[in-house]
Amino acid sequence: MTPDAALKIEWEPKIIAFCCQYCAYSAADMAGSMRLQYPTDVEIVLIPCTGRFDVILALKAFENGADGVYVAGCLEGNCHFLDGNIRARKRVGMLKGELAAIGFGPERVEMYNLSASQGPKFAEIAREFTERIAGLGPSPIKRPADAGNPGES
Amino acid sequence: MIIAERKPIEEIKTFVMGRKRVLVVGCRGCVTVCNAGGTKEVGILASLLRLEAAKDGEGTVVDELTLERQCDPEYIEELSELMGGRYDCVLSMACSIGPQFISRRYPGESVFPALNTCFLGGALAHGIWAEHCQACGNCVIHKFGGLCPISRCSKSLLNGPCGGSAGGKCEVSKDIDCVWHLIVEKIESEGRMGEFLGIELVKDWRPSRDGGPRKIVREELLK
Repeated sequence: MTPDAALKIEWEPKIIAFCCQYCAYSAADMAGSMRLQYPTDVEIVLIPCTGRFDVILALKAFENGADGVYVAGCLEGNCHFLDGNIRARKRVGMLKGELAAIGFGPERVEMYNLSASQGPKFAEIAREFTERIAGLGPSPIKRPADAGNPGES
Repeated sequence: MIIAERKPIEEIKTFVMGRKRVLVVGCRGCVTVCNAGGTKEVGILASLLRLEAAKDGEGTVVDELTLERQCDPEYIEELSELMGGRYDCVLSMACSIGPQFISRRYPGESVFPALNTCFLGGALAHGIWAEHCQACGNCVIHKFGGLCPISRCSKSLLNGPCGGSAGGKCEVSKDIDCVWHLIVEKIESEGRMGEFLGIELVKDWRPSRDGGPRKIVREELLK
């Protein structure tokens, strides 16, 4: 077995989800109460509003081994602080540009919106993003540059 | 304050290419206020460079430091213990004064600017900055209702507006207010139009760059 093949078998995506306490975090609670299954690879970080999300938080997560990062905030127009989720979306957009510029894969970061009552949507987002990252393969910093990265150009 | 913005990461990558030990140095002055080169921006750039290096399997070390100011020898001196071969290059995130001061103080170091120094201006809103001064060295804004035609008129006209002013906007761009439109409005609101209608004579440009790079020496402050 080549080292690359071993990595593919052993590897499970590590995903960090920055979740607003008013919506996504409550939706995660609801998903739990409803006994909904979603990937255990998703580690939730509670933030008071996605307006608190900053580019550096995602970059630090990537530096510390995250394969993907997403931000989950309230539906647009429903932010408890008026426009925290709008600002977060812009920051995620800016981060995508920076990651693309260093060839890191802008698809590894995403912004989602949902309400506190959408437990099933939370589980769906977690599954969808985990599948995306599984398709992309491990973070580019986890393997030699010449090993290739499945699904990532 | 001096308004700057970070160079594209593609350009910065060419500075650090092949260099294994990089020091990113920020400044707590103007560039912190305009969100271009303070502690936070230093962290973001350093993190991006570390990720890029790790992606390519390079063992590059990227350290971070933010000085109080980079336009003052007193604070540049704080780098002395870090210089002298410890880093292959220094990326300054100050305005262009910073990398020049570091270069002069530490001649053996390779120093690069990570920012483009853009203009002297102020914040119109969070995230929007606009030019308000051209440092011409001979301020005349009192003659124009407190508005600067040197920096804010595309032609730096002293007797405006020109024929390119339409609907309060400059012909150069609809995003540029015609400062002469604003000047006339301001003078009218002050009720001073009568005294404003004379011809403004040629400005004394000698304090501007016509005499080459400028310097101010204040004897009472010298040691």
